[in-house]
Amino acid sequence: MSDELDEIQAIFFEECAEGLVTAEQGLSAMQAGDVSAEVIAGVFRAVHSIKGGAGAFGHADLTAFAHKFENVLDEVRGGKIPPSPGVVKVMLSAFDILTDHVESAKGLAPRPADEAALAALEQVLANKGADDGAPAPAPAPAPVAVEAPAAPAAAEEADEFGFVPMAVSLDDFDAPAEAPAADAAWIVTFKPSRAALANAGEPLLIIRELETLGAEIVAVDTETVPPLRDLDPEDAYFTWTLRVPGEVAEGDINDCFDFVAPDSLVEVRRDEAPAPAAAPVAEAPAADTGADEFGFVPVSAPIEDFAAEMQRVVETIAAASPPIGSVETPSIAPKAGGDAAQQTIRVDLGKLDLLLNLVGELVIRNSILADRLSPADRQRVELPELARLTRQIQDNVMSLRAQPIKQAFSRVPRMLRDLSVETGKTINLETYGETTEVDKGVIEKIGDPLTHMIRNAADHGLESAEERIAAGKDPAGTIKLSAEQRGARIFVRVQDNGRGINRERVKAKAIEKGIISADAVLSNEEIDQLICAPGFSTAETISNISGRGVGMDVVRSNVEALGGRVEIHSVPGEGTTFTMILPLTLAILDGMIVRLAGQRFVLPLAHVLETVQPEPGQVKRTSPDSEVIDMRGEYVPVKRATEIFGLNDDRAVEDSLVVIVESEAHGKVGLVVDTIDDRREVVIKSLDQNLHPIRGLGGATILGDGSIALILDIEALVASTNRYTPKGMAA
Amino acid sequence: MSKLILTVDDSASMRMLLKTSLTAQGFRIESANDGEHGLERMHEVKPDLLITDINMPKMDGFELIEAVRALNEFRGTPILVLSTEFSDEKKSRARSAGATGWITKPFEATKLGAAIRRVCP
Repeated sequence: MSDELDEIQAIFFEECAEGLVTAEQGLSAMQAGDVSAEVIAGVFRAVHSIKGGAGAFGHADLTAFAHKFENVLDEVRGGKIPPSPGVVKVMLSAFDILTDHVESAKGLAPRPADEAALAALEQVLANKGADDGAPAPAPAPAPVAVEAPAAPAAAEEADEFGFVPMAVSLDDFDAPAEAPAADAAWIVTFKPSRAALANAGEPLLIIRELETLGAEIVAVDTETVPPLRDLDPEDAYFTWTLRVPGEVAEGDINDCFDFVAPDSLVEVRRDEAPAPAAAPVAEAPAADTGADEFGFVPVSAPIEDFAAEMQRVVETIAAASPPIGSVETPSIAPKAGGDAAQQTIRVDLGKLDLLLNLVGELVIRNSILADRLSPADRQRVELPELARLTRQIQDNVMSLRAQPIKQAFSRVPRMLRDLSVETGKTINLETYGETTEVDKGVIEKIGDPLTHMIRNAADHGLESAEERIAAGKDPAGTIKLSAEQRGARIFVRVQDNGRGINRERVKAKAIEKGIISADAVLSNEEIDQLICAPGFSTAETISNISGRGVGMDVVRSNVEALGGRVEIHSVPGEGTTFTMILPLTLAILDGMIVRLAGQRFVLPLAHVLETVQPEPGQVKRTSPDSEVIDMRGEYVPVKRATEIFGLNDDRAVEDSLVVIVESEAHGKVGLVVDTIDDRREVVIKSLDQNLHPIRGLGGATILGDGSIALILDIEALVASTNRYTPKGMAA
Repeated sequence: MSKLILTVDDSASMRMLLKTSLTAQGFRIESANDGEHGLERMHEVKPDLLITDINMPKMDGFELIEAVRALNEFRGTPILVLSTEFSDEKKSRARSAGATGWITKPFEATKLGAAIRRVCP
């Protein structure tokens, strides 16, 4: 049982995580001005569910905090508190504390200090959000903070909350507080509302439950029963008076009326008449008296019973089919744990990885098979069909692993709020392309680099408010976080509008650290890249934020391990953009098999625009180092991959093919290759560490004949200046 | 035959918690994850009792109760609301929609059982 509860609790925490993401997105949307009812309701529901579950699992602190937060949200939802920027700000801070409370409930963090946030929420409630703009941390709250420290707030919470689990019913009873004789019998008068039966509330059930407490019916008033022809069998007409033994707790009696219909009359009082002697005597006579009074009591009581019984029979008949039909349900139900409701299953990531590898193997075998067949056989319908199916399986497996990058982005707003406090800088965050789907493996691994890039931008990139004002900029800095898919690559950018990289200082530092020699001549781009060199850190004082002993070099090595790369673009005074360019999938790509100096390489098809067999004179030399190709009047620079890789190639351009590729950063470029062999899907295998420094290589693959071909990284290839340069500038 | 209860709640952990604690008390439990789904399941399950949350996506508890009550087949089926909300306004809304009773979350398993027996003996 306890294991079971732990398991359910684990699910609850997962729901919390989802709820927090929803709440944060909603609050961010509200901050950005979207205060539509759906957005507010979404945030409310998320916080509300966290509170509900937290209560069920006994996390009192979390419950109490979520409750206060929910109160504010409820008022905002109901239009009683306007969602002004000030109120949204208070809610965002409350959200952070709520996140901390969830961590604390998980046992991963100490109980957060939530006094300030509670006081701020309290104040919003008290002022109905009146003091907009000034969420009032400074002037007003002082008294509040004093008046409402943690303990009283919590206590009040518990009360208001009525943590008595079941106590609340549809209506309240006035519990008579006077206590005549403590042991005097209770006299209970109960007149159900006329509509008592309408909501399947059955007064008879209440009478029966009271009887289990020892109650006896003293009298039944049938005066309001109409003549038979006016009688509505669905209305209730009687008033009962019951006597309940004095030792029964009043609460137990009231509990019986938990679900009594509103407008019902319920009175519970001590019998003023001396109970002991009177009771036994009174009982029988009581019944008799009743009988005498109406004359036909013996009938009337049964009638009520009968009516109820009738209804019961009708219900039983109505319900007859399910019990029979559902005879097997009990055995299924407990097992099913996942209701039909749950339409997702959780799968061990290892199993998905295995599946992905197997599909990769399948793709390879497929192409090996195609190679072994004669060209005629290759065209038979089975093989293309097999290839198509394999492709579908592969797409499906990939989509299983694809997740919106939102997951990686979700922790950024919180981080920036903290950074904002730590650095004293006001930082706006703009996010774009959160729904871009990326392989789960990629998402998991970009978390750390992303964190570091954000910290770097907030700490080093953005200037202080004074500096910004002096530079004529908006005192609030902005960090743009974006993701987009281009071909088979994902571009994740962190862009700040800060001071830009101070190249003088970076260069001096690199020389000082021995990363480059004092007389090194470097381009601006190369200097910027130094930031990613191992052991580099320019912060004069190691700050609490980004100077944690790991630098941008870790970012670079993490990203490269994923088969990606980091690009830095900086404009002094305007800001810096860090771009992580990552493979969309870690597994398979559509490639063109080309030969360079006799060796086979794979060109990612996503980059290929067209291929041409150059006419004499179509390729022109514009300088000793550069050539262009005339493409219908457009001159496209030509690069020789063989030259870049230092391969021997004396072939004349006219004997070669030029593949026009499009690079994101450099536009169209013509790559000179010997021949084009084939077009096929290849399974990407990562390169060994020692091949990493070669720019222009994105991985390797196994071809159909079992041989290995290197995969070209077009972006890097085109960007690299003629000869390959080892990336570690140290060398 | 033990009573068959349909629980409707958008939180999976809450559904499981209800199922675990009520199954242990001899009830049979089926569940649904929002009002719309709950209404659908009513027809399949034909429960002795419906327990529903209020704040749910797609169709909330109030709407579900109204829709269920509008069906002749379920006019006499007790409906309990299980919600963290407790305002009188919400409760009377639930009542006018057709709810039999209101239980405030968090619940204590045995008391919930007792409450269920109160409307569905």
